[in-house]
Amino acid sequence: MSDQGAAGPGETGTLEPWEVFRREKEGDPMRHGGSVMAPDAQLAIHYARELYGRRQESVALWVVRRADVHELEDPDLLQPPLDRSFKKPGGHVMRDKLAAARERSGQPKPKAREG
Amino acid sequence: MTDPLSLDPVLSPQERGRLPFNEDLPHDERFEHFEAHVLAGGKVESTDWMPDEYRTGVLRFVEMHANSELMGVLPEREWLMRAPTLRRKLALTAKVQDEVGHAQLLYRVAEDLGKPREAMFDDLLAGKTKFHNVFHYPTRSWADIGVIAWLVDAAAIVAQQALRDSSYAPYARTMKKICWEESVHIMHGRDVVVTMVTGTDEQRAMLQEALDRWWGPLMQMHGPRSPREKDRDLHWRIKAKTSEELRQEFLTIYVPRILELGLTLPDSELRRDDDLGEWRYTEPDWQELRTVVTNHGPKSQERLEFRRVSREETRWVRETILRAAGAAA
Repeated sequence: MSDQGAAGPGETGTLEPWEVFRREKEGDPMRHGGSVMAPDAQLAIHYARELYGRRQESVALWVVRRADVHELEDPDLLQPPLDRSFKKPGGHVMRDKLAAARERSGQPKPKAREG
Repeated sequence: MTDPLSLDPVLSPQERGRLPFNEDLPHDERFEHFEAHVLAGGKVESTDWMPDEYRTGVLRFVEMHANSELMGVLPEREWLMRAPTLRRKLALTAKVQDEVGHAQLLYRVAEDLGKPREAMFDDLLAGKTKFHNVFHYPTRSWADIGVIAWLVDAAAIVAQQALRDSSYAPYARTMKKICWEESVHIMHGRDVVVTMVTGTDEQRAMLQEALDRWWGPLMQMHGPRSPREKDRDLHWRIKAKTSEELRQEFLTIYVPRILELGLTLPDSELRRDDDLGEWRYTEPDWQELRTVVTNHGPKSQERLEFRRVSREETRWVRETILRAAGAAA
């Protein structure tokens, strides 16, 4: 054993928050679980395993120092007030126009595809 | 390429102010935006601006909850070495570990509101903060373990399920995880109870005796009735239901499940009033509740002393961890 634990008073580590992400099962995305307080990554992983993985509810964990997370919360950039419906499938409504097109062409509505 | 963050805001000041809680606004206006946001069902994150009243309200609520999880394992740990079978011992050990884990999760939520964990432990030991009434009582037999795990946890989960919709989002998220684990404890407790009522006469009698003793504290657990409009925790949607709503819900679900086992409840007034659609019961002893939660209960001082000693005995671990991390840095 080395005497690593025998640091002087000025060298005490400090606890800081680490964010914990967990993958519930193979193929799932990593989801935020919560956070733990730890002085380093090794202990943060240890706590994360105890609090977020002790009953087989996770197949993988990430711990990330909270200070290393960069956040963007600006509503101008994330929730702009302009109409962005053209970027979403539901933003293109053509039911009535399709009906009109079928009426003009005299073709029946195609049957639903069989899966 | 232009950095999008360097562009001028396109939202009008009103629209920006509505997304809480624009720091350019004067305090009163921020407060109004915050209040409107919360009352409309909006969520608050730990990094959001929040009024002091909200911050201290959430902190007090979560801290009391964390204290209760931490102190709540002490009655149960008394039976770890006396569990009747290996499987029961494993289940009870896992439950104790879960409850301590809940305390860890909840103290973490509280820490992010600005109060260090050590300060919360100091206040708990000094009697400045409280823990739930049910954890101030002795455990007399193995039947107590069944009653605690089934009915104390059931009464707690009724309250906790309502907290999954708390306006304080980190608390709400934590409660989802906690409720899931608590549902396991309830099944463990119910299994202990059902096993005993289908056992010998002595086992049945032991269980009935435990239920008779715990019924009073269980009825007190959610607290006295209080008017909805005066409750600030309800106003801020920190919690969703009044004490009486929680008690009624508990009775509705659990009285039939207790009676179906052939057990009796020690309250001759207890009955469902179908006209009113609610339960009638003998008024719980609110003086007992006040006495107990101010640490004058039968086991209050002994359990706090246990906590004090265990905190001192493990201090070297916390200090060693910090020293090791400091030396490695």
